[in-house]
Amino acid sequence: MRLLISGGRIIDPASSFDGVGDVLVEDGVIAFCGERLPEEMKSGEVRLYDASGLVVTPGLIDMHVHLREPGQEYKETLETGGMAAAAGGFTSVVPMPNTVPAVDNRATVEYVVRRAKETSPVRVWPTVAATKGNANEEMSEIADCKAAGAIAVTDDAFPLQSAEMTRRVMEYCRTFDLPLLTHCEDKSMTKGAVMNEGLSATVLGLKGMPKAAEDLQVSRNIELAQMTGCRLHILHISSRRSIQMVREAKARGVRVSCETCPQYFSLDDAICLGYNTLAKCSPPIRTRDDIEAVKEGLADATIDAIATDHAPHAAHEKECEFQTAAFGMIGLETALGLTVSKLVDTGVISLSEAVRKMSTAPAEILGLPLGRLSVQSPADITVFDPSEEWTVDPELFQSKSRNTPFAGWRLRGRAVTTIVAGRVVYGEVRSAEKTTA
Amino acid sequence: MDEVIQVMSADDIRRAVTRIAHEIIERNNGAADLFIVGIQKKGVPFARRIQQTLQAIENLPVPFGTLDITLYRDDFGSHTSALDPTDIPESITGKTVILVDEVIFTGRTVRSALNALMDFGRPSTIQLAVLVDRGHRELPIRPDFVGKNIPTSRREDVEVDLASDPQNDRVTIRKLAEQEATQ
Amino acid sequence: MTLSQKHVLGLQDMSAQDMLCVLDQAQEMKEILSRPIKKVPTLRGKSVVTVFFENSTRTRISFETAAKTLSADVTGFSASTSSVQKGESLKDTILTLSAMAADVFVIRHQASGAAEFVSRYTDAHVINAGDGQHEHPTQGLLDMLTIRQHKGRIEGLTVAIVGDITHSRVARSNIWGLTRLGAKVRLVGPETLLPAEVRQLPVEVFHDLREGIRDCDVVNVLRIQLERQEAGLFPSLREYAQRFGLNSNALREARPDVLVMHPGPMNRGVEIAADVADGEFSVVEEQVSNGVAVRMALLYLLLGGSDDAVAH
Ligand SMILES: [Zn+2]
Repeated sequence: MRLLISGGRIIDPASSFDGVGDVLVEDGVIAFCGERLPEEMKSGEVRLYDASGLVVTPGLIDMHVHLREPGQEYKETLETGGMAAAAGGFTSVVPMPNTVPAVDNRATVEYVVRRAKETSPVRVWPTVAATKGNANEEMSEIADCKAAGAIAVTDDAFPLQSAEMTRRVMEYCRTFDLPLLTHCEDKSMTKGAVMNEGLSATVLGLKGMPKAAEDLQVSRNIELAQMTGCRLHILHISSRRSIQMVREAKARGVRVSCETCPQYFSLDDAICLGYNTLAKCSPPIRTRDDIEAVKEGLADATIDAIATDHAPHAAHEKECEFQTAAFGMIGLETALGLTVSKLVDTGVISLSEAVRKMSTAPAEILGLPLGRLSVQSPADITVFDPSEEWTVDPELFQSKSRNTPFAGWRLRGRAVTTIVAGRVVYGEVRSAEKTTA
Repeated sequence: MDEVIQVMSADDIRRAVTRIAHEIIERNNGAADLFIVGIQKKGVPFARRIQQTLQAIENLPVPFGTLDITLYRDDFGSHTSALDPTDIPESITGKTVILVDEVIFTGRTVRSALNALMDFGRPSTIQLAVLVDRGHRELPIRPDFVGKNIPTSRREDVEVDLASDPQNDRVTIRKLAEQEATQ
Repeated sequence: MTLSQKHVLGLQDMSAQDMLCVLDQAQEMKEILSRPIKKVPTLRGKSVVTVFFENSTRTRISFETAAKTLSADVTGFSASTSSVQKGESLKDTILTLSAMAADVFVIRHQASGAAEFVSRYTDAHVINAGDGQHEHPTQGLLDMLTIRQHKGRIEGLTVAIVGDITHSRVARSNIWGLTRLGAKVRLVGPETLLPAEVRQLPVEVFHDLREGIRDCDVVNVLRIQLERQEAGLFPSLREYAQRFGLNSNALREARPDVLVMHPGPMNRGVEIAADVADGEFSVVEEQVSNGVAVRMALLYLLLGGSDDAVAH
């Protein structure tokens, strides 16, 4: 079965191709990608996808999600999270290991791999917790987990506090050539804190997390990455100072990359006024100045990737006092719309840069053979309409959870078709006619 | 437009005050144990006139107080009004309280005032003085001293203006437009 | 004549007109408390439920006295003797209590925003009796009533609030209320007890006590809690008392007719010297009786209806 996606604007940052053309999918891989499919390749049965007016890109990769399986299937599962990903235009997701139990050993990695294969419409690339049970005490069996399929090591949700432990984890990661993804937060400064430290927190009487809590660990982790040679990836960067430190580190050749999330370039901390628990996340929504810094970082490529930190929670975990509410928001089904609306439409980055940050760059950072439309690459393709206007209605989400602060927002840009290994996992093939040349 | 008719002039009111004062003295054999209490808001200036007249006639001080009955109303919730000062400066126990209001209508205000007074002590008697009795009683209450009986319809409003200058005192009847009619 | 809002959650959102209305009515309510029979029938048949997730005998008794003086039925719910101990959520607790057909919920909770949260799930009026470090609007109102009784006005006065501003809901309610009614507010304390971006609030900030209270009309002293020392926010109660404790020496900096206020309970010898607490400038006891009057006024105004003419 062959599929010819024709007439769309193809954006393949890896080959710097950006123009109208054809993509031919054959046996789950890309058979052709270019301006015009040669006549001789048109022989045989081909299903034609009329993609005119649409954008055709390598499948989007969300390198930071929480899919809650195993252990908290009431929030999300590999299946529902995978469906949400597909609906959002993602062909690959990278779940964090803070499940119950944590993904910190071979058996759990294998469980995630197997469950994902059985249930998820998109590719799932597991990560392993840096320490056993995320307890920050003993290192996990990282090498064994890699052998079972884990592609990165992370302390997400349980930031490594001891510099010594962080150093050793980095050295060990380097030994087995795995990147370390760090959630940068000095917990001694954020005890009991629930939002950004600033005027809004002061008015609300809520304890704030100072940006310094993030900055200190960004600084420390960069130092340790330089010292150990570990590939460091900083998760969900949110503060101006942190971004500047990554910029400087990159300039002096440290192997560091970072991501941000749509909430950090779309919202400022006044969103929490009225005790809006849907906006409670960690790191917290910062200030307008930080939004500007995030945009600058995205524009000059200091920030390599856009991920979602998709963090589903059940209704009752958000319908409560702000200080009791769970941290996190879902993002798989709004990320593309927010990126197009808040970054591309406003001229912060080009559409091509957006695709790079949501596909090509995550693949490179994680060493995945994806994120490009080159011949013989897996046919993971996202087709989206960059000008479709739509209103965010959480009730229509594929995710099991509804915790988004973007409900009711008007966005532009939405996935039309999500293709994984040549198979349509979400949306439709426009123009159903089969043609034989 | 509401239609306004004057029913008492400044002179009428002055004479009514004087007469009521004399009636009070006569009924109570003097003014020795009297305690005048004006009901907020418009009963207070009328009560003040009576008190002053009593003092002038008897040449002795007559204690005076004000009473806001809002918190004793039987229709709380349908309307809440701002409270005015309640000031009962000395004990009313054993006194002859002359309760004073400017108009008596349904009797409900007086009922509230009687309840309120009881919370301040146990007067030996309570007597009621009003400038205008306009009828339409809904409770078994009857004034002891009346300035003038003015039969009215429920679609009329009686307005007593006791100005700072008694020359400008007057009582008028206002015929209410349909939708403004109360009760 | 009623309030323009259904709930009393904080003074940040209360209009000057509403605040003045409460103060005016509270002034009249005070008279009732001096009567031989301290009870009026106004709120007969109305139900006030006090829901205290945090112990505060003073505030609770003040609300209960206010409600009972107005003849409302008062039911108390305290978290320590309830299903909250078994992990019931605040939402479920409120939904359960709502079945009691309360007209007013008076809520005290350790979480900022709890009162507002409760108001989303009940048809009853909600009065915030202190939510975490957010607001304590009735305390703010009683403080203003006390000030107005002595000074005749709020506008144009300078009020210093001394102590742990960061953790004080009393400070926040005072800042909003006083500034809205035209007073100048100063905050005095060490940087460790001042919240982030405090200078963006309509206040002046001082680190020196004498400087901060200089020429002030009112000094409102906040309670300092030992747990702040344990959290490393100041070295010792001794040093706190030395630097920020209000004593009669420092008080000479203020205006000669200064009022000294404290939301209680006081730590004599720590944030306030005993001779100041019990001295001629102290109006602490009056604050307590004004607290009842303010709460009576709020209950009265919240439960009242429209502003129709009165039939005689
Ligand atoms: Zn994280």
